[in-house]
Amino acid sequence: MTLELRAVSYRYPGYRRRALEAIDLRVGDGEIVGLVGPNEAGKSTICLVASGLAPASIGGELAGDVFVDGVALRGIPVHELARHVGLVFANPASQLSGIAGTVFEEVAFGPVNLGLAVPETVGRVRVALASVGIEDLAERRPDRLSGGQTQLVAIAAMLAMRPRVLVLDEPVAELDPEGRRLVGEALRSLAGAGTAMLVAEHDLDLLRSLDARVVAIDGGRFAVPA
Amino acid sequence: MTLATFVLGGYVGPTVLFAAVVVPSALVAGVLRRVVVGSVLVTLPFAIAVGLVSVFTRPGSTILFELGPFEATLEGADFAARVVVRLLVMASALALFGLTTPPRASVIDLERRGVSPRLAFAIGAVVAAVPALVERARDVRNAQRARGLDTEGSVRRRLGGVVPLASPVVIGSLHEVEARSLALEARAFGRPGPRHLPWAPPDTAPERLARWLLLAGLVALVAASVAGALPTLP
Repeated sequence: MTLELRAVSYRYPGYRRRALEAIDLRVGDGEIVGLVGPNEAGKSTICLVASGLAPASIGGELAGDVFVDGVALRGIPVHELARHVGLVFANPASQLSGIAGTVFEEVAFGPVNLGLAVPETVGRVRVALASVGIEDLAERRPDRLSGGQTQLVAIAAMLAMRPRVLVLDEPVAELDPEGRRLVGEALRSLAGAGTAMLVAEHDLDLLRSLDARVVAIDGGRFAVPA
Repeated sequence: MTLATFVLGGYVGPTVLFAAVVVPSALVAGVLRRVVVGSVLVTLPFAIAVGLVSVFTRPGSTILFELGPFEATLEGADFAARVVVRLLVMASALALFGLTTPPRASVIDLERRGVSPRLAFAIGAVVAAVPALVERARDVRNAQRARGLDTEGSVRRRLGGVVPLASPVVIGSLHEVEARSLALEARAFGRPGPRHLPWAPPDTAPERLARWLLLAGLVALVAASVAGALPTLP
């Protein structure tokens, strides 16, 4: 389970300047790579490109290639990308479906979209909830959770899609200290289970606790070689 | 209900529908007060506008009173009252639906009936987004007030505050929609093909019977109206 960006440059639609320039990055099997850098450095863009959503969903111009287990993401339909890379965003609330009545249903939203049979969906949801330690939230309403709990639901929702690699874009940036603790514990648990992750984050303590290999980006280029 | 109210018109038809269908249903669901308050609040601005325009501009033989160059006619007041009654009952039917039907249930049910998941989700998301939009508007209003924006002064001052209030709400909502649609894409929402839902909204025999009766009643009403067989109710 590897994620590899080879000579990746990317320009957002409508912009002349490239947001990423000649990025080479490899996340090995079970490895955790921490991506640090100031705001507007290109961290979120790398996450979008690594997940295939840029350019597949948001458009723009991509040079170079992104590979997951040696398979290029270029050309894969958007709805198939989740099987390869799972992307967790910074804002916990805006990444939930908004229509699920319970946490269980929210986590099942992705597997249902994949067209899986009901027993497979149910099994995946149970495993995903257990992976981040929120089985007890299964029957709770998603809109009644704390920020940290909501982010755990978002991570579980991605895990239920069974992606090969998990990409997290500032997963604790919008959380209070308790939320940071909850998400940090869940990520450490996932790391312990051998989940390959690319984590864009300002919180160096979190990356240190994940035993992540840290790379720094600024102005769309690696400041410290990956 | 809304269609039936529209077809019937007048005072008696919508009132009977309200008393016989909306009120008992809302009572059973325990949302009568919210239905009434919500529908009155939604209808009020339209009622004021319709009332002013109809009462003072609709020609009629019975003059109620004069206000400067304008004459308030009984015919105008009657027309305005009919429109307001119709709007009020339509709004109450919609409020009853919104308060008793979780967006999730609507989406699942629409999907089950063959509606595209995208369209079904869009309908559900719009319903679910209303409380969030109201909350965002409240936050923006409080933030702007904290920075000295007068939102309670004269009409002119209030109008001046519309742009600073509306812009952040609209822009914030657009960002929210963009972020949410990207997150949905990341969860394979756009995948074509069948979906197998591990749950189904409850749909009991009495509920199904009530739906069919309502539908049959509506069809009969429309047919009678088209055929001119509907008696003119006061």
